[in-house]
Amino acid sequence: MKKLLSLVAALGILGGMPYASAQPDLMATGTPHQDLQRFRAYFKHRFPHVPFADFANGAYSVGPKDKREQWEAVMEFPPYDYQLEAGKKLFHTAFKNGKSYASCFPHGGIGIRQNYPYFDAKRGEVVTLEMAINECRVKNGEKAYKWGTGPIAEVSAYMAYTSRGKKLAVKTPSTPAAVAAYERGKEFFYAKRGQLNMSCADCHVYHAGDRARANILSPTLGHPTGFPVYRAKWGHLGTLEKRFAGCNKQVRFKPFKEQSVQYRDLEYFVTYMSTGQPVNAPSYRE
Amino acid sequence: MPSNTIRIRARLSGDVTTVKALISHPMETGNRKNKKTGKLIPAHFIQEVTCKHNGSDVLDALWGTAISKNPYLSFKFKGAKKGDSLSLHWVDNKGESDSIETKIG
Amino acid sequence: MTSMKRRTFLKGTLTVGAVTVAVGAGLLTPRTVLAAWPQGAFQAKTVDDALKALFNTDQMSGSDQIKLRAPDIAENGAVVPVSVDSNISNPTSVSIIVEKNPTPLTSKWDLGPTTEGFVSTRIKMGKTSKVIAVVKAGDKLYSASKEVKVTIGGCGG
Repeated sequence: MKKLLSLVAALGILGGMPYASAQPDLMATGTPHQDLQRFRAYFKHRFPHVPFADFANGAYSVGPKDKREQWEAVMEFPPYDYQLEAGKKLFHTAFKNGKSYASCFPHGGIGIRQNYPYFDAKRGEVVTLEMAINECRVKNGEKAYKWGTGPIAEVSAYMAYTSRGKKLAVKTPSTPAAVAAYERGKEFFYAKRGQLNMSCADCHVYHAGDRARANILSPTLGHPTGFPVYRAKWGHLGTLEKRFAGCNKQVRFKPFKEQSVQYRDLEYFVTYMSTGQPVNAPSYRE
Repeated sequence: MPSNTIRIRARLSGDVTTVKALISHPMETGNRKNKKTGKLIPAHFIQEVTCKHNGSDVLDALWGTAISKNPYLSFKFKGAKKGDSLSLHWVDNKGESDSIETKIG
Repeated sequence: MTSMKRRTFLKGTLTVGAVTVAVGAGLLTPRTVLAAWPQGAFQAKTVDDALKALFNTDQMSGSDQIKLRAPDIAENGAVVPVSVDSNISNPTSVSIIVEKNPTPLTSKWDLGPTTEGFVSTRIKMGKTSKVIAVVKAGDKLYSASKEVKVTIGGCGG
């Protein structure tokens, strides 16, 4: 049921949208694991014909064939190839002090993306892959990369690429501090914000598969698997939190800074909700 | 010869070689404005792409600014054997260029 | 006769006819011919002017031997995958034209003698428009077209 919604009409509809009684109440209290089961059940119910792993392809999994065919045509030779190769080179180039990224990460940084982000108990905060990359640089006497695009996205893309096919495996938040960070991320996700008074969930859960003007809204299930992503609109790779900031701007909410505690908590929640989805980064998206 | 801007695949199936290539290039139309300075970003785009099989032209493409950024191209030709050489060369409006050579596989 | 051709060449607005004769007469090597970027054609503001600049004619016949693949609704007007696949014998070139672009000609692909009438690429479209594929074989131009919608997305940023 893909309806054309103008954003203005969307506001009216979204405001008064009741849950179908067969749908789980996603905002109900419970453990993160219970949330995860309800989340999956919601999307399975909404898109019964989409295989679980196909959600990793975002809007292409729930949009029209015409849209998917354009994506498949571009994927014959994906434009992120150059930056991916640049990321590989950067990753394997030693710092001025002789050490390299491999010294900062388990398994030398290869094939580990699916474990990010994680809640660092000692530090009491969520650590994302990009954050860990920059901390590695600073620890070894190099300047941190700028967030969002460029080298940070390239190195992250390469590291994620080495995890292609592996299932997202963020550890279930279990300690009070981890659960608190998770809950902050969950609250952010479902809270309305900005002049347009919309939540992440409004577009990406309740209206996943519908249109905002001509764009198909992608489901949150599977969202993080493809990041960093080559967005056609950007013309280059960008990180997940860059997109958080962009989306927030679109509902006319002053965005938080990338890698702020708010966005890291959100990334924690969103990635945990995609547990079991296959990593397919970097990817190409509209 | 190695290339910094060209990635190419040339696969033989039966008698037909399918060539696919991706080129790293901004393909600026000259109509976009620099958001910070308000000035027009000058046109910078590939004007010609030539491909040769064992030294003979198989494709000579003339491009304008409406070919997408990081352009992709694909074409097919007959008469090659596995291991033959395929080359691609591009030139842009500033006179910059790059080439690559690959073996048909 | 010779000096007229030389003047045409120097003006930079080569027509196929003049070029062929010039090549035959040994005045221009094929390399030089193909390296002359047809500015007039690429700057033409209408489909007919672009065709006349390229081929000296704007007469085309629609052909069902040309399969033009392009999306119904372009996901992003800056990256529209298009492919042209034609069965017409001995094609010498494929051109891709976007009727409503400020300068409709996007590209002209000259084909070698063993090259098939198949071209695939990604183009920019400014707005909803007919995309036209023109295949030259012999002296004739054959065409196929498809309307591709270009819309305003809702998820800008």
